[in-house]
Amino acid sequence: MLHIKCPHCGLRSQNEFSYGGDATVKRPALNKEISNQEWDNFVYLRKSPRGKHLELWQHISGCRQWIKIERDTLTHEIFKTLKGNEEL
Amino acid sequence: MQKYSVFSLIKNAFKGHKDWEVAWKDPTPKSEYDVIIIGGGGHGLATAYYLAKEHNITKVAIIEKGWIGGGNVGRNTTIIRSNYMHDENGLFSEFGMDLWRNMSQDLNFNVMFSPRGIINLAHSDAQMNTYSRRGNSMRLNGIDAVLLNREEVRKIIPMADFSENVRFPIFGGLMQPSAGTARHDAVAWGYARQADSMGVDIIQNCEVTGFDVSKGKILGIRTSKGDIKAKKIGLCVAGSTNVLAEKLNMTLPVETHLLQACVSEPIKPILDNVVTFGAGHFYCSQSDKGEMVMGGDLDGYNSYAQRGNLPTLQHVLTEGIAMFPFLSKLKMLRTWGGIMDMSMDGSPIIDKTHIEGLYLNCGWCYGGFKATPASGWTFAHTIAQDRPHKLNEGYSLNRFSTGHLIDEKGLGTKTWIS
Repeated sequence: MLHIKCPHCGLRSQNEFSYGGDATVKRPALNKEISNQEWDNFVYLRKSPRGKHLELWQHISGCRQWIKIERDTLTHEIFKTLKGNEEL
Repeated sequence: MQKYSVFSLIKNAFKGHKDWEVAWKDPTPKSEYDVIIIGGGGHGLATAYYLAKEHNITKVAIIEKGWIGGGNVGRNTTIIRSNYMHDENGLFSEFGMDLWRNMSQDLNFNVMFSPRGIINLAHSDAQMNTYSRRGNSMRLNGIDAVLLNREEVRKIIPMADFSENVRFPIFGGLMQPSAGTARHDAVAWGYARQADSMGVDIIQNCEVTGFDVSKGKILGIRTSKGDIKAKKIGLCVAGSTNVLAEKLNMTLPVETHLLQACVSEPIKPILDNVVTFGAGHFYCSQSDKGEMVMGGDLDGYNSYAQRGNLPTLQHVLTEGIAMFPFLSKLKMLRTWGGIMDMSMDGSPIIDKTHIEGLYLNCGWCYGGFKATPASGWTFAHTIAQDRPHKLNEGYSLNRFSTGHLIDEKGLGTKTWIS
């Protein structure tokens, strides 16, 4: 089981969290001409690396905050957890 | 090649089983091939077999990082079905069902295909309506489908929970009688042996480290056993698709996730069919050895670990016990995990790419095993003819940008949507 250190609540078990996917994906900017390719990149295309992956999780059975986690997708080691508005 | 039969078995028994030929050789890679298939799983082996058999292309190499039968072809729950609503999936899978029915004869290898039928349970009136619509769509495509009411389901699986006060009562189910199971290792071994006998080089323990691409054209690959040239290269690596795509500077609508399965201790025959729980994601069948074979949801986050965590297993087995209460009395014999190439609409991709001579086969999600023969057959056609077959036209790579998604279940990597 993963043990995730929520930046708001401390170390909790994986059961309290739900996964939100790749945190490096950026929504195209508002009020700007957006190409189909930009939507494609945002909605569908993912790098899905083997190794370090920055991802979104929600502490759904805790503080309900969205957080960012840098985790290894091969070993499941967690390197760093950040608040939702923090950058790596 | 030595033919397997009861006579060859008796003959070799008298010789103490010392003179059997090797099932496939262990060649060193040549410097050039007509076609290289990367990935020696079920789909890669089937592709090489059909390239040789249907298209007479035998100067083919299969490059496998591990060993034959060590990946998802040996890690699945062996279910074979074509109970899809959309034409693309239904017609493709039903074509595969015909290949499954003749596979043991075709490969001269007993793959133990067992058309025991699959039942998807329904737990509400709305779900019964959905199933009747899916069943009708299947029948329009020539696939057998039977809508069962509660009493008809009870006759087939009386050990399921039919009590009144359950959270998800069984209203009925949709059955595909021709669906079933097969022995997964035999499928890999059968394809490998036949492909090898027709001249395909199966190169194991050989990792692809890079690609040689020039002016938008593929020229060859770099491997741990040296550089190999080829005009056509097929990528058939399931959960490792993104790792190789990165070496090609490609980003794909695919994420790699972990899917677990497990078997119980062996018990006497109790379950004749494959049964799926309709109020969650759980499926169950009984193997020939008597083990209950079970599986369900993804672990839920990107993973290349090939082994899973307990919370998902607990979640999946809770659903199992809701459906078959007797499972709670069984001991777990074994659990394992495999890494799945989850596409964004839940349907696969078999297509050409923007690089000339590079072909892509990925995105199999939960359903790669049953697709093995049809995937190999259509991928071989796509490579040999340099264009998709009618059966895999819908499985195009650009359907995500054009909006022609095949949203059979409406979810791919995002399991939380369900």
